Amino acid sequence: MKSQNKLKTIMLDGLWSNNPVTQQVLGICSTLAVTNLVLNTIVMCIGLVFTIAFSSMTVSLLRNIIPRTIRIMIEVLIIAFYVMIIDVVLRAYWPDMSRNLGPYVGLIITNCIVMGRTEACGISNPPLTAFVDGVFNALGYSAVLLIIATLRETLGMGTFLGIAVPYFSSPLWDKWIIMVMPPGAFFALAVITWIFRSVKLAQQSATESKK
Amino acid sequence: MKIAPEIIQAVIVCVSAIFTQNILLSYFLGMCSFISCSREIKTAVGLGWAVVFVLVATCAINWAAYYYILVPLHIESFRFILFMVIIAAFVQFIEMAVERFSPMLYQKLGVFLPLITVNCAILGAALFMIIRNYSFIVTIGYALGSGLGWLMAILAMAGIRQKLVAEKIPKGLHGPGITLIIAGIMALAFIGFTGVL
Repeated sequence: MKSQNKLKTIMLDGLWSNNPVTQQVLGICSTLAVTNLVLNTIVMCIGLVFTIAFSSMTVSLLRNIIPRTIRIMIEVLIIAFYVMIIDVVLRAYWPDMSRNLGPYVGLIITNCIVMGRTEACGISNPPLTAFVDGVFNALGYSAVLLIIATLRETLGMGTFLGIAVPYFSSPLWDKWIIMVMPPGAFFALAVITWIFRSVKLAQQSATESKK
Repeated sequence: MKIAPEIIQAVIVCVSAIFTQNILLSYFLGMCSFISCSREIKTAVGLGWAVVFVLVATCAINWAAYYYILVPLHIESFRFILFMVIIAAFVQFIEMAVERFSPMLYQKLGVFLPLITVNCAILGAALFMIIRNYSFIVTIGYALGSGLGWLMAILAMAGIRQKLVAEKIPKGLHGPGITLIIAGIMALAFIGFTGVL
C-alpha cells in the first residue's frame, strides 16, 4: 500500500506539482523549437517518453556497478544510445518527419530533463520507481508542449494536425503568423508558465491560510 | 579546391549565424543556461566566451571525426555518441589544461566549463553542420558566428535583467517567465535583420 502511495506521489509530482517545464524550467530548447506544428510535437514527445523512461531504468539497473566519479559520462552514453535508436527508426520509417525535426531528435541527449531525471531519480532508486518517474515527468513535459503547440498552430496557421479549424482558418481570423515564428514560441511559453505558476501560488496560499 | 570563395561563404555564414539565424533566438539552442545564468553580466560574459571557444574547437574536431571516421565506415548513426564523447572529453581536457597553466583564466572560466558539456548549443551546432553539409572552413565560420551570437544574446539579456531588479513584476512571472518574454521581444528585434543578408 505504502509503495503504491509513493508511486502516486511520483506521478503527481511529474505531471503537476513539479512539472519539468513550468516549475523546474528544464528542457526548454526543444519545447520552443518543435512546437510550431502539433504533429512534430507529438512525435517528439513520444521520443522523449521513450528515452527518459528507458534510460532512467537502465541507469537504475546499473546503479550499483557504475563508479560514482564517471557516472555522468556513463549516463550520457546510455541516453545517447536510446536516442540513436529513435533516430534510426525515424529515418527508416518516416524520413519526412526526420527531416522536419532536423537536429532536434539528437538534441534529446542534451535535453536537461533526461539528464535531470536520471541524476535525481534513476541513480538512487529501484528500476520500477525510476521507470514510472521517467514516464510521468515526460508526460508532464508533453502536456505543456501540446498546449503550446495547439496554441501556436491554431493561432498562427488556422489548422490543428494539418486539418483546418473552422473559425481560425476562415478570413474572419487574421492569422497571427508571429506565433509560428520564433518569438511566438517565447511568448506562448512565457504565458503558460505564468498561468501555471500563478495557479500554484494561489493553491499554496490557500492551503497555508487553512492551517 | 578553391579556397577564396569558401572563405567568403564562411564569412557570410558567420555573420548570418550572429544576426539573422541566431542560434539562441531562432533555433532555441542553449536556452537552459541562457535562463539560469543571465542574472549577472559578469557570469554571462564568462559563460559566453567559454561557449565561443568550446563551440569552435569541438565543431572542428567533430567535423574531422565525422568525415574521416564515421563516413568511410558507413556508421553515421553513431554520430550522437561520438559527438558527445568528443565534447565531454574535450571539455574535461580543457578544464585540466586551463587549471594547470593559467589559474587566472581558470578562476574566470573554470566553473562554467562543466556546464557546457550539456549545453545544447554545442551539440546542436555540430548536428546543424552535418545536416547542412558545410565544408571545413564554412564550419569554422558557422561555429564562430553561432558562439558570438550566443554571447551577444546572453550579454544583452543579463544587462536587461540587472535593470529589471527594481521593477514591479507579477509574482507568477518572476524568473523564467519574464526572461522568456524579454527573449521573445529580442527575437522579434532580430527578425528585423532578415533581408540584410
